[in-house]
Amino acid sequence: MTPFLIRRVILLAVTMIFTSALIFGLTQILPGDVARLQLGREASQVSLDAFRERYGLNDPVPMQYVNWLGGFLSGDWGVSYSAGNPAVRPLVIDRLGNTLRLAVYTLILSIPLSVVLGVISALREGSWLDNLISLVSLSVVGLPEFVTGIVLINVLALGLGWFPPTSLIMRDMVFGDWIRILTLPAITASFVLLGYVVRMTRAGVLEELKQPYVRTAALKGLPARVVIFKHVLRNALMPTITVIALSVGWLIGGLIVIENVFSYPGLGALMVDAVGQKNIPLLQACVMVVIFFFAVANLIADVLYALLNPRIRLG
Amino acid sequence: MTAVLEARELSVQYKIGRDWLTVLNNISLTLHADEIHGLVGESGSGKTTLGLSLMRYLDANARIAGGQILLDGDDLAPRTPAQMRPIWGSKLAYVPQNPLAALNPSYTVGEQIAEIPRQHMGMNRPDAARRAVEMLRRVKIADPEVVATRYPHQLSGGMRQRVAIAMALVTEPRLLVLDEPTTALDVTTQAVILDLFRELIHDNQAAALYVSHDLATIAQLCERVTVLYAGEVVESALVRDLYKRPLHPYTIGLLASRPSAHTAFVGNETRLPVIPGVAPSLSERSSACTFAPRCPLAIEVCRTHKPPLESADDGRTVRCHRWKEVAAGTVNPLTPQPSLPQGGEGEDVNAEKFPTLADDSQKPLVSEKPPSPLATEIGVGSSQKSPSPLVGEGQGERAVLHATALSKNFREGGLFARLTRRARAVHAVDAVSLHVNRKSTLGLVGESGSGKTTLARLIVGLESADSGDIALMGVDIPQPLDSRPASALAQLRLVIQNPNEALNPYQTVGYGIGRAVQKAMPNLAAYEIRDRVLWLLDSVRLPATLIDRLPSELSGGEKQRVSIARAFAAQPALILLDEPTSSLDVSVQAVILNLLKDLRAERGASYLLISHDLDVVAYLAEWMIVMYLGQMVEEGTSAHVTGFPSHPYTEALVSAVPSADPAARRGSIRLEGEVPSARDLPTGCRFHTRCPRYLGDICKTHEPPLRDAGDGHKIRCHIPIEELLHLQTSPLNPLSIGRGDLSHPKLDSPSLRERGLGGEV
Repeated sequence: MTPFLIRRVILLAVTMIFTSALIFGLTQILPGDVARLQLGREASQVSLDAFRERYGLNDPVPMQYVNWLGGFLSGDWGVSYSAGNPAVRPLVIDRLGNTLRLAVYTLILSIPLSVVLGVISALREGSWLDNLISLVSLSVVGLPEFVTGIVLINVLALGLGWFPPTSLIMRDMVFGDWIRILTLPAITASFVLLGYVVRMTRAGVLEELKQPYVRTAALKGLPARVVIFKHVLRNALMPTITVIALSVGWLIGGLIVIENVFSYPGLGALMVDAVGQKNIPLLQACVMVVIFFFAVANLIADVLYALLNPRIRLG
Repeated sequence: MTAVLEARELSVQYKIGRDWLTVLNNISLTLHADEIHGLVGESGSGKTTLGLSLMRYLDANARIAGGQILLDGDDLAPRTPAQMRPIWGSKLAYVPQNPLAALNPSYTVGEQIAEIPRQHMGMNRPDAARRAVEMLRRVKIADPEVVATRYPHQLSGGMRQRVAIAMALVTEPRLLVLDEPTTALDVTTQAVILDLFRELIHDNQAAALYVSHDLATIAQLCERVTVLYAGEVVESALVRDLYKRPLHPYTIGLLASRPSAHTAFVGNETRLPVIPGVAPSLSERSSACTFAPRCPLAIEVCRTHKPPLESADDGRTVRCHRWKEVAAGTVNPLTPQPSLPQGGEGEDVNAEKFPTLADDSQKPLVSEKPPSPLATEIGVGSSQKSPSPLVGEGQGERAVLHATALSKNFREGGLFARLTRRARAVHAVDAVSLHVNRKSTLGLVGESGSGKTTLARLIVGLESADSGDIALMGVDIPQPLDSRPASALAQLRLVIQNPNEALNPYQTVGYGIGRAVQKAMPNLAAYEIRDRVLWLLDSVRLPATLIDRLPSELSGGEKQRVSIARAFAAQPALILLDEPTSSLDVSVQAVILNLLKDLRAERGASYLLISHDLDVVAYLAEWMIVMYLGQMVEEGTSAHVTGFPSHPYTEALVSAVPSADPAARRGSIRLEGEVPSARDLPTGCRFHTRCPRYLGDICKTHEPPLRDAGDGHKIRCHIPIEELLHLQTSPLNPLSIGRGDLSHPKLDSPSLRERGLGGEV
């Protein structure tokens, strides 16, 4: 187990460095000149030159990258190019916090429900209930988030008044306030996850139900719920866990549309802005954070898989 | 004899599509305490369904259509699964077939046993855990506390089966249903497990139903047996009565089609009696006698009226209109087999177009080398008294395949392990040499871990040996498959065990065989290829209409025949058959074995036959090699190896093979322990850890020499040859019963004759 973990942590580090280099390289190809984007069309040549000099934009690209990497690893994430030069790190951390709240809430909302629906579908394979669950979960997956989001706002916020129509963050919010503003975006994000997790769980359970050990367990006289929850689910959930892990990456960095629809200040929105401005320090920092969470989620998924599957754990 | 479970006219139906089809028809069966009742049937007979139905366990698409299942007087048939749960696992227990799949891979075996007493006996966790360990000890597992913490995949097949028995016995059930529990095990392991079954079942005074397709196992284990055909009981009797005097034509056919019923290899003329036709599918079953379409004794009444289950004498029952005639011996229910291959009347029209190796023209392997002259036309099995010249040492030109000192070690572990030298070598094959002569068959016998599969892969080219050479038709060929010239590929073909895996499910039969033809003979036109495919189908006795069928539409036996036809497409000199009949029913196996003999005679091909089934190998091969842990431990003619199994391992192997003659217990030599891991080979003689004839320290410290007992019979043992052979002929040796008139050259020595031994036994 330990050599396995060490290998994966090393892989995580390598992945992050590689991705950062990749993103750095890609941003160089983006159209637009950083200085001009920040200072505007009217800016004088002198101020443009000063800008470039100040942020080391005249150095060769590899050197810029190395400088950045050195700084990043020692905790100095640089300053944003945009007006006011806010420090990147507190900005990113702050937005990350918001995104994490939304991500956790979405997971809590969607995963248990999806697993239960998946199990029910599998146990009642072919019945009207199974078909209904499949129909609903697949349909909502297909709907774009801005459609579902706006529909939810219209119905639940503007119509029924249960939730605020935007998810702006104010000062001194308590737990209840967070729930109020996060519920609609979380539901919207859950719709996307629902389809995948329900289908994966259903397929996993169906596959395991065909295995001979299920019959052995039943013939031991064990009650049905023990057979399902103890014996079948343990083996059936493994593919589902993988899907959930992959979703985490999306939840951290991919919620841009939802953040936009709900005006929620998350990491996704920050990244989009950074790309548009070629705000490299900010962009790099956001990307590193997303990759980190994505890789850690995968690592946890692999560890969970190994814990659940003795064949991998013990060889 | 108290009756524990009685089935009265039980009928079970399956829903296929929209129709309810009858799987089991009016089954009546009684299981008594302290008695093991065998249930014999081939695939499609419904035996597994019956076993489970007696426990009132039915799939969702099945229903009981009639009859009663009386457990100590209570009828289980109308109960629901919820009502059955208190009984399952406590009064009725099930021992499944393949414990690797039948045990949950994610829980320890201890936990999987312990949950039963927690459920049925109200035990708490610690008590249940202790009971689980106790059960493991009862099934003779060493270190039960440690094993209880292990997962199923960490245990060997034999140990897993013991765990399954432990699970079944923990509540001391009234009835055990054992569903082919030893099918997946090696013969030696099976022998030990069967002994264990017998002991535990009688200790518990439980009733037991042993479901199997293997008549011999049932003969060794059971007291009473019921034969099932197409969902009906066709015969039921005490074991000794059934085997001595079977009454139903199906039973007679089944018993006769086993290769062990015929003395080991008596030349190419023997053919096994075969039950013609195939078993009817669920929708084809007749409302008259279900066996009539295939029965050599069928008369008019058999096709119009279903024979009732009648009582013969001594508590026997039989379902046949003509059983009295069979009992009196006035009719012969066996279809006589011609000694010449069928279709042998008249010339084979295509013989000129497609010359085979039966001609003297030797095709050169590589175009540069001139064809080597054949010394003589090599006859097959000309004499029974002494081994024919063809089984002598591999004479250069006559050896189709000559493998010299092949060795293969596998390295375990990934890159990291290899770098730190922690990777362990798995010694799969160790300097094995063998040769196969023209028109002859070499049998390779071994159990799991013997290396026979690796050896087969080395010869075929799927693996490359670490050292050693392979020469095909006298020419050295490179090992990896991709490096072999096309002509070499054409000369060596493979038929594998599982015909489902061998045939591409998306290719029609014609296409699959056609491709093989095309690869071997690239210059043929399309119509010529088709002609050849039809000819090949005919040679394996398949109708031409199958040419457009997909494998899913064929039976197991038909698929295997297609594999064989495909193997012959390239006119190979040697066909490697890897367990060709292991996944087939006994009656289908007989057809395939006959076919292989026919084709061998017609085409002059040689076979390298790999099997764990000694009887099959002895039937088909003149020459046999026994392997253990990567080494050859005994080599000789089939007659010698099976008649005088000299190496202690061979002796144990032959002793472990169950015999369908309940009177002749083939021997009770049992090997203790497990096969050592190939990663951790025993020092000295590899067999010394389990050898019943362990001599002393010499076995542990020195590798035994390969001794020659004459006529090519070689044994790798420290014990002197004369003594080994003497042990074989000793009247105390149970194996020496039924050896017939076999003789062994070494036994003709004057010293042995003086002692009154040797020569004719």
